[in-house]
Amino acid sequence: MNGRNLSATPTLTGRAGALFHRYANPGRFLRLGDRMQPWLTWPALVLTLVGLGWGLFFSPADWQQGDSVRIMYVHVPCAWLASSGYFALVVCSVLSLVWRHPLADLAAVEIGPVGACVTAVCLATGSLWGKPMWGTWWVWDARLTSVLVLFFLYLGHIALIRAFDDPQRGYRAAAILALAGGVDLPIIKFSVQWWNTLHQPDSITLTGAPTMSHSMLWPLAISTLGFTLGFAAIVVARLRAGVMESRIRALLSSPRRARDAATEQAA
Amino acid sequence: MKRKTRRLWLVIACVVGLGSAAALTLSAFSSNIQLFMAPSQVKAQPPATDRTVRLGGMVVAGSVRRERHGETPVNIFDVTDGQAAVTVRFEGILPDLFREGQSVVAVGSMAPDGTFTASEVLAKHDETYMPKEVAEALQKSGKWDPKFGPPPNAASWNAMTSKDSKAAGQTR
Repeated sequence: MNGRNLSATPTLTGRAGALFHRYANPGRFLRLGDRMQPWLTWPALVLTLVGLGWGLFFSPADWQQGDSVRIMYVHVPCAWLASSGYFALVVCSVLSLVWRHPLADLAAVEIGPVGACVTAVCLATGSLWGKPMWGTWWVWDARLTSVLVLFFLYLGHIALIRAFDDPQRGYRAAAILALAGGVDLPIIKFSVQWWNTLHQPDSITLTGAPTMSHSMLWPLAISTLGFTLGFAAIVVARLRAGVMESRIRALLSSPRRARDAATEQAA
Repeated sequence: MKRKTRRLWLVIACVVGLGSAAALTLSAFSSNIQLFMAPSQVKAQPPATDRTVRLGGMVVAGSVRRERHGETPVNIFDVTDGQAAVTVRFEGILPDLFREGQSVVAVGSMAPDGTFTASEVLAKHDETYMPKEVAEALQKSGKWDPKFGPPPNAASWNAMTSKDSKAAGQTR
């Protein structure tokens, strides 16, 4: 099933499928990934360093929280990435279940651990902020609990996708888990509006002016952009390694194909 | 119908089904997911004295009394939601963010005399992030008194720099 066959059938799934399948070819992805990698890695490093440096050393302290407010410059980007990373996992799962997209399966394998890490950092930094500010490390309010559930969803996905001898079965099972867990995303987002929680509501909304001084908003925005590019850079790097690994494994498991590839390389 | 199209509709159907199941469950348990009760709810339906509840609201300006009984500090203050107020008694050290006009969550139970005995008091931080100079300038210019609630509309202060706030402080 290649891109040309799909584009010949002008149905909705066929056309969309052709677009998605353009980068299902691992060789094409590797070429794109090689070119993209420096454009992700270096801006990520520079923006993260500028954002964190500005936030941790040069931005003003909060009138109530004092210097504890600086935890925000790590906590907020991690919280944002915890949710958007999971959203990426949900997109990969749909691509995998509906279009059997091979690259989406490999991407889901690589997004999981990175997402779990940022979620863990989000929970840990939130807890460190909660003790001096709220007076408790943890409270079972809707926001904190739903993010903890997200963390367990990531862990379950990581375990499930690697649990089968036949990777295809692991991809299928993990995609269903990730899709079902997608219900948690709107709960996390709206928990602070639907119920009363100890966690504060969003400071940055689409409808109103941000209830945050611009002197704190700028470093936060730069740090968030840096963390996001960093997340993408790590996932792309892991994905390139994953694609190469699966190629090597395929070569090793079939001597005839290895011989073909060797002659192809020589030619 | 092609297999891919069928799979797409199957996934959509599952997502819709699962989403509505989750939505119904959450709306059914909505009152249990609330972290705290408001003072007006506590006044309207006082919970049993042996039940642990969480009471949330704003500390009423001028209501805080701090006493010392031997070594233990005892704090007595009123918590309000704008409609009703409940007196809270708490033995122990309050969190740093506790002040008049701050939102707090008190964990404890109702005493027979209608006051609330707290075993733990948590301070709730709101969504405002403001440098010290801006907060001082707003207070000096009379636009905001933190004792009486949240700050004015964010658009009026979030672009203030420390230079602006010094000027605002001088021209009061």
